[in-house]
Amino acid sequence: MSSNSHEPESFAFNAEMLEKAKGYIARYPAGRQQSAVMPLLDLAQRQEGWVSRAAMEVIAEMLDMAPIRVEEVATFYTMYNRKPVGKFHVQVCTNLPCMLRGSDDVVAAAKAALGVGFGEMTSDGLFTLSEVECLGACVNAPMMQINDDYYEDLDAGSTKTVLDALKRGETPKPGPQNGRQFSCAAGGPSTLTELTFQTEKA
Amino acid sequence: MPKLTIDGREIEVEAGTTIIQAADQLGIEIPRFCYHERLAIAGNCRMCLVEVEKMPKPVASCAMPVGEGMVVKTNTPVIKKARQNVMEFLLVNHPLDCPICDQGGECDLQDQAMAYGSDRSRCQEGKRAVPDKDYGPLVQTWMTRCIQCTRCVRFISEIAGTPVLGGLGRGEHMEITRYVNSAISSELSGNLIDLCPVGALTNKPASYTYRSWELKKTESIDAMDALGASIRIDTRGNEVIRVLPRINEDVNEEWLSDRSRFAIDGLKRQRLDRPYVRRDGKLQPASWAEAFAAIAAKVKSAGSKIAAIAGDQADAEAMVALKDLVESLGSTSLDCRQDGAALDPKVRASYLFNSTAAGIEQADALLLIGTNPRKEAPVLNARIRKRWQKGGFKVARIGHKSDLTYKYEHLGDQASILKDIADGKHPFFEVLKAAAKPALIIGQGALSREDGAVLLGLARKLADATGMVVEGWNGFNVLQTAAARVGGLDLGFVPGAGGKDTAGIVAGAAKGEIEVVFLLGADEIDMSGLGKAFVVYQGSHGDAGAHRADVVLPGAAYTEKSATFVNLEGRAQQTRLAAFPPGEAKEDWRVVRALSEALGKPLPYDSLKSVRERLVKANPVFAAIGEVKAAAWGSFGTEGAVTDKALVSHIDNFYMTDPISRASKTMAECTAAFGGGCGCNHKKTGTHG
Repeated sequence: MSSNSHEPESFAFNAEMLEKAKGYIARYPAGRQQSAVMPLLDLAQRQEGWVSRAAMEVIAEMLDMAPIRVEEVATFYTMYNRKPVGKFHVQVCTNLPCMLRGSDDVVAAAKAALGVGFGEMTSDGLFTLSEVECLGACVNAPMMQINDDYYEDLDAGSTKTVLDALKRGETPKPGPQNGRQFSCAAGGPSTLTELTFQTEKA
Repeated sequence: MPKLTIDGREIEVEAGTTIIQAADQLGIEIPRFCYHERLAIAGNCRMCLVEVEKMPKPVASCAMPVGEGMVVKTNTPVIKKARQNVMEFLLVNHPLDCPICDQGGECDLQDQAMAYGSDRSRCQEGKRAVPDKDYGPLVQTWMTRCIQCTRCVRFISEIAGTPVLGGLGRGEHMEITRYVNSAISSELSGNLIDLCPVGALTNKPASYTYRSWELKKTESIDAMDALGASIRIDTRGNEVIRVLPRINEDVNEEWLSDRSRFAIDGLKRQRLDRPYVRRDGKLQPASWAEAFAAIAAKVKSAGSKIAAIAGDQADAEAMVALKDLVESLGSTSLDCRQDGAALDPKVRASYLFNSTAAGIEQADALLLIGTNPRKEAPVLNARIRKRWQKGGFKVARIGHKSDLTYKYEHLGDQASILKDIADGKHPFFEVLKAAAKPALIIGQGALSREDGAVLLGLARKLADATGMVVEGWNGFNVLQTAAARVGGLDLGFVPGAGGKDTAGIVAGAAKGEIEVVFLLGADEIDMSGLGKAFVVYQGSHGDAGAHRADVVLPGAAYTEKSATFVNLEGRAQQTRLAAFPPGEAKEDWRVVRALSEALGKPLPYDSLKSVRERLVKANPVFAAIGEVKAAAWGSFGTEGAVTDKALVSHIDNFYMTDPISRASKTMAECTAAFGGGCGCNHKKTGTHG
């Protein structure tokens, strides 16, 4: 549980988010609006970068549920940030497949590039580095998620490149960083190399 | 209805029953932590695993509905092993502090570890420690002991209706905690202690003062409010250590309000333990003989200019004895309605909770008039909430707007609204009329106003007009708050021919028409209005009455006597002596009997048995202990104009309503922590009216 020092006094959805929130609530039948708690928490996080207690209370009020029920959801799912994060939330996977493919190097490179450890924010408020569990991209391990984008097939060098680009205000291309197309076999196809189609024969 | 076999025994149960319930019906014991028959099913402790034929894995019997032809086994080696493994997991993080744990000796985890626990641990890692939480002055937390069964979370959300507890985090890091900005301001929070299967939530006021096996258990009846919950009083020596609810489906199910449970430290404070006589303006200790002599001297000169008022915790035996004594002295000025409530003693249905506590669960529309059931009878309020949760239940309220733990339509706080509804001019009239079992609850806040009799008449008119009183259903309910009140009305502790009521007695005393006033535990009247009258106070505590008194006779509190109380439904119930009264104090009817001797008018009974026979003669309801008989409907109340004063509950502070709770340190702490209770956060203390 986090300390209270960073909790803001109040929270309000901005017009765009409020519109979306209403859309989510409308998806559920009357009396079942509590089902919208997860998308609303996500909207709050997209607006502020994290979910504050004030935000949870606003959501509880909107969905006619007890604030503790919202807090239970927000603390159960680790993807809701209960503390402020930097502009770029760098989440490095260190689960088994990523670890076997060299996530230790990625972690070391990220720590070195940002100058912070896990769970810490850089002093300029630009980056927060987190260690996360499997994000379901094992086929392109090792990987990290920065905000909504996956950066995959990393090594120490490409990790630093991505982070440095972000620091310069550029947006590096998401996806595999080793030139691979999506999750195609690295180094080109190893089977069906002489594939010809029926129509080509003639 | 599905038929199934459990351990080779066949049983047929209602569809939708779970295996654990079916096994309970057969008396087959299945261990459990999270399952509780009055709470929603969680299925998270995994202790109740059983084997079901054709199912590949053991199943949690609390969450598995029975099916036709199911063959269940609860005692196979596979099940024993499975439960042992569950137990091992539960004990991984549970501390080994049973020797200093208040739950020790009555702990589900301890008991079940005897059956399924190992004598050694395979766990090399350190145990996790969880910081304790602040749950207020009543509930002590030991969160490291928590096994996350979530019974407390479910109770406070479902039964108490104040959802402030929850489980935050996940897995190893999950902690049960309260929401950061909200206190556990439920009036039923003490039940969390009973529900907790381990020692994570314990009785804070009684912390470290007892071991459960040292206590003598006495089954009795609560007298802190008019519901008359069934309780068990645990004593050690002559000290009441704690009070627990007993299961009584008709009255309190298995819940108890915080005042009933925790005000007992008031039994040790401010006690009257010997007679006192006022000499030279000061109360001086005296012997029983001196006290009686002082009264006799005064009564002799007063003749029939005497009167008696019974308080809110007076027992029926004492009241009937005092009534007989006062009448033998030639006076009929008696009253058991300290607040002057316009209750009509002639029609029994006019002062009872006729639907009965359990019966309120059948109502489908309810009107609350000048009452806050959450403060006046929290356990009964939980029943109303239970009914509301089932749906199809319309509640409206005339009175103060506050959180009752269920949704209701607030019609306003003017008594004129009641008149409109009774006249059929208000939309809620149609709601009541359309309901199959409509009900109303009128509180003392309405009845003790000067137009109380008119409001009572309007409520009766409404009941008649909306079909609340039909064969097999009577939805007219008066919510009494004084344990003594219904008993007093039943035995006729009311003004006889030419007698004065409470207001008349006080006014008469001021004018000198009444020279001697007996107060039987009556502390809530206007003492300053008693003028020069000679006041005899008989009771257990040095409260307002004793301060004004000229002679103080020490009586017994409800835990210290075998006495009869009639609860708000009209159910006569008997308390049992759990501890002896302190010092020279005596059971109250014995004091009155001894006084009658001193006054030369000896009462014709000198054993508890013969007093109770006298009670039965006064009203046969006293013969049917524990039963409720439907009371005959009649005409009562008066017609007239209603005043435009706002209708409010007469209880400001739930935690302090009577001499015992006013003397209680625990209740004072609750008042400081929670205000008046119910999350209303009144800053006022004490009672009025």
